[in-house]
This record gives sequence, structure tokens and C-alpha cells, in this order.
Amino acid sequence: MNKCFIFFILLFLNRYSIAAEDYYKFNSHKDQQRFASLTSELRCLVCQNQTLAESNSPLAEDLRNQIYIKINSGQTDKNITDYLISRYGNFISYRPPLDSSTVFLWFGPFIIFIFGIFYLFYIIKKNKQ
Amino acid sequence: MNIIKIKFVVPLLVFFLVVGFLWHGLKVNPNHIPSPLINQPAPAFTLPQLFSPNEITSRDDFIGHVTLLNVWATWCNTCLEEHDFLLKLSNIESLRIVGLNYKDDTSLAKQWLQENGDPYHIVAVDSSGNTGIDWGVYGTPETFIIDKKGMIRYKHIGPINATIWKKTLHPIIIQLRNETL
Repeated sequence: MNKCFIFFILLFLNRYSIAAEDYYKFNSHKDQQRFASLTSELRCLVCQNQTLAESNSPLAEDLRNQIYIKINSGQTDKNITDYLISRYGNFISYRPPLDSSTVFLWFGPFIIFIFGIFYLFYIIKKNKQ
Repeated sequence: MNIIKIKFVVPLLVFFLVVGFLWHGLKVNPNHIPSPLINQPAPAFTLPQLFSPNEITSRDDFIGHVTLLNVWATWCNTCLEEHDFLLKLSNIESLRIVGLNYKDDTSLAKQWLQENGDPYHIVAVDSSGNTGIDWGVYGTPETFIIDKKGMIRYKHIGPINATIWKKTLHPIIIQLRNETL
């Protein structure tokens, strides 16, 4: 029982390192983490609900290779995301910047939240009366 | 009376707002991702030509002509679908069609063009797909319209056909032809 438990814990802890080390050799552990976080914040353009890290599509593989090469050649995270956004647009980023087309995306939830709070107070006040 | 009115009107407004959003969503094709490269200079590349691998083609080849850059591959079935129409275009219009053979086997690509006809003025070979990434290619076929100065002016995703040509591509090309260098 105990051994089984440890086995599963180890399996879980190893998940990311197995995936990354198999294909890519990094100069440092930090670079490897950057690779993992970058590929999980960028969208695969072919299968749009997957990240670049998850997708098996050939394009996602090519984009992962590009990111890997750019990390090893010393480019910053911002350089890399800026490059990909300049080619594929904001669509590739799971964190779109604030502009006219994303205003509702950014502030919509807050507006709905504030509206909800006002409605809640209205209901409470009404019930007291 | 007033509160009853609000109770009816507000949910109704919210309902129509949601319907409006969803209705709009039905018409949007999620596979059409707008390219940020429109009205930008064509990304630089130097690639070998398919039929003469010792010769190189680059974005300088676009200068002075209105060019249709068509991204294709032999593994792309939809490319075969638009191929007949591209052949027609290469006959009728005095238009330069440049092919970008994307992530393909060179000998298969040559054979494919010999069997199906070759509408291209030049075919550039991008076997690694890196030029494709520089151009923001995410699915074949894709067709770019490049003006005489070498700027990307339009991008069509998916196969082109007579309707798309007549409605969209041809008017743009006429306009670009009339522009001075």
C-alpha cells in the first residue's frame, strides 16, 4: 500500500521533467521551466483549445522547436512571445493584451460582479422591508 | 408597477444580449485567424527553388509585380481542390503566382506539379517550415497578395475558387496594379 502510494507520488512529480527532457536539452533548469511555462501559455493554432505544450499537431511541434531554439540562444520570454504575436496575432496568446476588442473580456467579469453585488443588496433590502 | 416593468424588461434585455452574442458567434469561423502581417513588409526569406535548387528566391523577387503567394503541399488535399483554379488563373491573368512548398518532400512536390500542372512562376521550397512560421502560416492552403513594393496586402485562408476570386481577390489585385511603385 505504502509503496504504491510513493510510486504514484513519484509518477506525478515526474510528469513535466519526463516530457521536456526527452526531446529538449536545456542549459539550465531555469530555461527548462521557462520552456514549460511559455508553451503552456501559448495556443496551438490548429487545435485551438490546446496549448502548444499539449498539442500533437505538426505546427505545434515546429513552434515548440522555435521556442526551444530561441530560449537556448538567450532570448527573453518577451522577445519570444512578441515574435509569435507579430506572426500569428494576439490569438496565439492565452493572455491577450488590453485593447478595444478585448475590453469586455478583461472588464466584463468585474462589471457583472458589481452588478451582482448591487442586486444582492437590493434583494436583502427588499426582504427586510 | 415600475418594479414589475423592470422585472420583465431587464431579463428580456439580458436575453437579447446573450442571443446577439451567440448569433454573432455562429457566423464567425474560428479557423480564420486575422493575420497581423497585413500592410506589413513581407517577412525576409531565402529559399531554394524547386526546379533549380541552386538558385535562390527571396522577398526581393516580389518588387515590381503584384504577386499571389500560394502556400501548398502534396500532403494537403485541399490544395489539390484549388489547383485547377490556380491553373486557370495562371493562364488568363497576367499575374505572378509564386508557390511556397511547405514542409514537403521535394521529389514528391515535383512529381505532383508534373502530374497536375504547374501554375507557379517560381516555387520556393520551405522544407523545415521555418519560413512558414515567419509568415504566420498555420494551415494550407493559404494565399497572400503582395503589392509592387513587397508589402503583404491580403491573406486568404483555405482554398481559393471562382467566387472568392471574383468577390475579393480580383478587386484587390486590380487596385494594387494601379498603384505606382
